[in-house]
Amino acid sequence: MEGAWDIASVLFQVWLSMVVVLIMLPAMFGVSLGFTDLYIKVLVKTLEWATRRIQRGQNEQPTLPSQSANGIIEKDDGSMEEEIGELRRSHPKSLAGADFTLCDVFYFWKKGIENIVEDQVTQRFTSEELVSWNLLTRTNNNFCYISVRVTIIWGLGVFIRYCILLPLRITLAAIGLSWLVIGTTLVGFLPNSNVKNSLSDLVHITCYRICARGLSATIRYHNKENRPQKGGICVANHTSPIDIVILANDGCYAMVGQVHGGLMGVIQRSMVRSCPHVWFERSEMKDRNTVAKRLKDHIADKTKLPILIFPEGTCINNTSVMMFKKGSFEIGGTIYPVAIKYDPQFGDAFWNSAKYNMVSYLLRMMTSWAIVCNVWYLPPMNLKNGEDAVLFANRVKSAIANQGGLVDLSWDGGLKRAKVKDSYKEEQQKMYSSMIVGSDCHENSVGPT
Amino acid sequence: MGSRASSLLREEDIEEIKKETGFSHSQITRLYSRFHSLDKGENGALSREDFQRIPELAINPLGDRIINAFFPEGEDQVNFRGFMKTLAHFRPVEDNEKNKGLSSGEPLNSRMNKLLFAFRLYDLDRDDKISRDELLQVLRMMVGVNISDEQLGSIADRTIQEADTNGDMCISFSEFTKVLEKVDVEQKMSIRFLH
Repeated sequence: MEGAWDIASVLFQVWLSMVVVLIMLPAMFGVSLGFTDLYIKVLVKTLEWATRRIQRGQNEQPTLPSQSANGIIEKDDGSMEEEIGELRRSHPKSLAGADFTLCDVFYFWKKGIENIVEDQVTQRFTSEELVSWNLLTRTNNNFCYISVRVTIIWGLGVFIRYCILLPLRITLAAIGLSWLVIGTTLVGFLPNSNVKNSLSDLVHITCYRICARGLSATIRYHNKENRPQKGGICVANHTSPIDIVILANDGCYAMVGQVHGGLMGVIQRSMVRSCPHVWFERSEMKDRNTVAKRLKDHIADKTKLPILIFPEGTCINNTSVMMFKKGSFEIGGTIYPVAIKYDPQFGDAFWNSAKYNMVSYLLRMMTSWAIVCNVWYLPPMNLKNGEDAVLFANRVKSAIANQGGLVDLSWDGGLKRAKVKDSYKEEQQKMYSSMIVGSDCHENSVGPT
Repeated sequence: MGSRASSLLREEDIEEIKKETGFSHSQITRLYSRFHSLDKGENGALSREDFQRIPELAINPLGDRIINAFFPEGEDQVNFRGFMKTLAHFRPVEDNEKNKGLSSGEPLNSRMNKLLFAFRLYDLDRDDKISRDELLQVLRMMVGVNISDEQLGSIADRTIQEADTNGDMCISFSEFTKVLEKVDVEQKMSIRFLH
């Protein structure tokens, strides 16, 4: 019995020191030993082989449904006027551009059915569909048994992910977070000075680097010259809480958020000791003026780090960018847009908070192959003369969507949980009314019979 | 492509739906996964709230009528068969359908059935006539508060006058089809399904 414990503790110590030397220390100094790159290369080759094998299997068995990530239907993108105009053209009545016809309803009918079959919004709140299977059971949509070899590779993958990678990643995450709490608390004891700021930055970046290793994250940063500067606001599209780790690997940001209890609260309180972050009490968040004032004060102080904000307000599945809330764009200050695009082949980073809580989400992350993503820093933007916050927000949103190859939607991410506002329906009704009433003089000339 | 739920759809069911509606195998599986993703309660049937959750449908002025078309008389739930039967009306009329004629009974997506479906959008009480009130109801849904009662009334009166041939101040189905005979119903009430 004693002997077993001794062996176990020795093994544990060896394991821990290997982790420290091979992963933690390089992470601290930002050096990569190349393990992750090698791993990704092997993974890519394996997935390509699996894709070819699956495609071959499908060609041999034509009853299997073919995979295609295109939409279900092809839509007409005409406006209401165009479509109804076309409908009416074949109508025998001469219309002079206004008046009602029985076939007008066809337009609304067709649009309604099209939206029931496929709409732009609800698909953004679930994970993206993959074109080809990536050997994870969780993305197994309709991918049936193809061959023994694929199944063996899949089984091997399960073993590697759950028995080798998962414990390693959990260890790293635990080390990273405890390092963050301990390190920031220690730095907090120093008097305010440049030394304190650099040490705080070092502690933060090290911790995030260790966490990134803990997710096998491969991040490619583009246009580093546009990196957010102090006194600015960094704005990015939101896919998951991991976005913070991704961005903070390459720079230091002041976080904005609500005060939590529990483990999050501990982390928040210690972080704020070493450098100023903006944490709000729940009651303060309701008051927009308080929020705006605190953020304004923060960016006015040029020694403080740039604020990191996700204006969508909720996690979207990384195929589109939804409406940016105008609050962050009213504060003034330079906006540094950042586009984040994950590669879903290696692991789906989207947090579907309706389906998974934080812990199961993190476990899913840690049992994926890897997190691979691209980060683009876009040139800074400022409010133009005569532009209001909403237009500015839309301009930034389009720039981010464009860069990341995402669909630019004006729908509110809050539609995940809330109903759509009636005012949109009223807009549609107004548009249609102007079509059938036309100009007032037309109505007056035809009076009631 | 679908969620794992497509395994809940049996091959026999798919074959039956294929015969009934004319959709292809892959279209049925894709539509099933769409049905499943709308079914938040995961009970194999959709309620009106499930449809209302689609924002673009919720802002459609005729959204409620369209949703109603899926639900059989007096019921609150629609299963996948019912869902597909309603959608089948919007399948395009293919050439081979036209050539088949009426051999196996009128297919759901024939011109006549499409028009009948649109007619039923107006004719709520199913008495095969669109009365002035029924027409006004639909008009009111489409224009909201932007047009006064008098104006709307005169629009309705004019519409009925032009369509009504037998003088009963209502629009019957044959009068309805006559008015719309030049409209390309096949194209305007069809959705282009991929594969």
